[in-house]
Amino acid sequence: MTPREAPKTHTFVAYVEDQPGVLNRVTSLFRRRNYNIVSLNVGRTHEAGISRMTMVVEANDDHQARRIEANLYKMVNVLSVEDITHKPSVARDLALIKVKVGPDKRPEVLQLCEVFRARPVDVHPDTLIVEITGTQDKIDGLTTMLAPFGILELVQTGTVAMTRGDKGEAADSAHPSTSLKAIVAA
Amino acid sequence: MAAPLQSITDTQPIETGPKTLTGSQVIWEALANEGVKVVFGYPGGAIMPAYDALTDYPNVRHILVRHEQGAAHMADGFARASGNVGVCIATSGPGATNLVTGIATAMMDSIPMVAITGQVPSYVIGTDAFQETDITGITLPITKHNFLVTRAEDIGPTIRKAFYIAASGRPGPVLVDITKDAQQASTEYRYDGAPVRMPGYRPDRQPVSSEIERAADMIKAAKRPIIFCGHGVIKANATAALLELVHKTNIPVALTLLGLGGFPASHERSLGMMGMHGEAWVNKAIQEADLIIALGMRFDDRVTGNLKTYAPNAKKIHVELDPAEINKNVKVDLPLLGDVREILRLLTPHVDGVNCRDWVQHIEDSKGDSAVREIQHMPDNGRLFAAHVIHDLWRCTDGRALVVTDVGQHQMWEAQYYKHDHPRKLLTSGGLGTMGFALPAAMGARFACPDDDVWVIAGDGGFQMTACELATCAQEGIKVNIAVINNGFLGMVRQWQQFFYGGRYVATPIKSPDFVKLAEAHGLKGIRVTQRDQVKAAVEEARACKDTVLIDFRVEQEDSVYPMVPAGADLDKMIRRPKPVTAEEHNPIFEIGKDKI
Repeated sequence: MTPREAPKTHTFVAYVEDQPGVLNRVTSLFRRRNYNIVSLNVGRTHEAGISRMTMVVEANDDHQARRIEANLYKMVNVLSVEDITHKPSVARDLALIKVKVGPDKRPEVLQLCEVFRARPVDVHPDTLIVEITGTQDKIDGLTTMLAPFGILELVQTGTVAMTRGDKGEAADSAHPSTSLKAIVAA
Repeated sequence: MAAPLQSITDTQPIETGPKTLTGSQVIWEALANEGVKVVFGYPGGAIMPAYDALTDYPNVRHILVRHEQGAAHMADGFARASGNVGVCIATSGPGATNLVTGIATAMMDSIPMVAITGQVPSYVIGTDAFQETDITGITLPITKHNFLVTRAEDIGPTIRKAFYIAASGRPGPVLVDITKDAQQASTEYRYDGAPVRMPGYRPDRQPVSSEIERAADMIKAAKRPIIFCGHGVIKANATAALLELVHKTNIPVALTLLGLGGFPASHERSLGMMGMHGEAWVNKAIQEADLIIALGMRFDDRVTGNLKTYAPNAKKIHVELDPAEINKNVKVDLPLLGDVREILRLLTPHVDGVNCRDWVQHIEDSKGDSAVREIQHMPDNGRLFAAHVIHDLWRCTDGRALVVTDVGQHQMWEAQYYKHDHPRKLLTSGGLGTMGFALPAAMGARFACPDDDVWVIAGDGGFQMTACELATCAQEGIKVNIAVINNGFLGMVRQWQQFFYGGRYVATPIKSPDFVKLAEAHGLKGIRVTQRDQVKAAVEEARACKDTVLIDFRVEQEDSVYPMVPAGADLDKMIRRPKPVTAEEHNPIFEIGKDKI
């Protein structure tokens, strides 16, 4: 595994209506405007009918990031969108890594896992599945260390992110005074 | 509590009480409640219930087109001419896909349009049923928004939303795909005239006053300012506000193709069109300007030429409704987000003491070497140039016609030689450049402006793409005047072949039917014009006729549009018209003394 050269990315958090086709609309926008998605994560929120997306997108500069944000904001099903790249935030990925390792080298792998605070979640005579949560750097670090043993499979969730602090929900950057609840109630 | 299905003999559709209707009836009720008087369409299996219900709504006129592309362009033309939402309707599958070109055309030029399509019954969606097509999937990137409606009770609210989305903010086409079973089912319908509220759609934007003041300071500091009048000026009905700013400041105005008419061409400060086939002095002025005030335009590549060398000395103020347009092609110094008219209203009181007399004089002086204008002064030696035709048409119609152009050389000649003094009197496919647009769009515009003198100007190539709509003109009694600028070539491509492809005319010579006979075959009048001295009589004959008239103008075959900025070249590096060989004569017909050009 060759280490990836980190592209310039921006992280967007968007609240969208939980309806069929909305994910397609968002990805269609990225394809049409030739924006490259690094990772995209969608899931339901605590509010019924609202999903949350975390999108990591390549952007050459802040102008392009602004346009991505504006284009997302224009979409009828997008309730709010925020570029959290330059804001204090927590960003996490989860990865499952299946390593080819027998009993002889297993302690060595488990030791590495401990260093990275990864957890073994499945053991077979010849394989071990490791779960790791953290930033992309941390996951890359572990995969680099595990590569010599032989990685059979690797799956990643894509980044989920949240701004730090007591703000309950991502503010709508175009309408900072409007909270998500107010938007939905409207 | 289901009320019994009442028979609908009522011809006044606007009622507020709830009533039980079929989904099909709801479609027409909802359209009538949005003020729709005319729809353009073509029936078919999945939309038949809706067509069947049309008999209950005699106040809505349906125009039967010959191809659904025509229906979309007609709705588009209606919308461009009126400023209101145009409506087209088609069946599922091929009916819906035939709308696609027209929808994409409307999308690129921000035209408010609602397209209604029938869809196979909801219980067979996904089974590749007869005439099933995923039209909401297909039109996703070419609509402002679209809906798939599978329940009768959703039809009314969805159509209301569709009109709101289409017309508000930056307008655009909205497609509503309605399954056949939703059309057939019954539902309670009650028109709700309250403002539409959609949590994720907030198109309104209030200008920020500190930014207005900053813009005013930039304008006051400028020595060589220039205003760009784009399509947004027309859409925002901002012509009067722009005139006020110009009267106060004397800043010259350059126009985009779609902005023509947004500022009067006859105004002293109007420079004319900018860009690839813009006037030479305009492009030169843009390159020399120290401030650009861009109103409702998007710095299209046909306007800017090479972005690296574009307007190198100018600070840029971009007045724009759509934040996604800011810094897309050209990096600007100050974006002003909001409605153009509102921003001009706020801005004008702040701009005092602008003095650009020297700058205006400098531009006036540079007009002297314009090659664009020379063709009008070419001798009338019996040959017919397209520019003659357009120039003379402008004179014969007192510059007041509603002109709808197709795409190609004639479109550029129209833009250069037909001087529009009023907004919404030039309709043209600017963004998508859709050949075949002119005839159907003009037919749609006819319904928006029944008293206008409506002229189609099309090339012999583009006209044939939608010439089938002549039959619609004949059947529905739609009166338009058609000028086919017939040069026997796909002229603009031929011109590019001449300039950039070594003169190899591949697939550009085009043989046309006898257009006069074609008109006659439809029971319409056809006139052939081969010399300039026949132009005036033909135009007058066409205007006097109550039916559609087609004039076949046999123009110079290998004439080109000048000046021209080759694609991607610097804006002031233009290809100029070669000097005429016999320029000593000065004998253009209809030339009048007060005419500046």
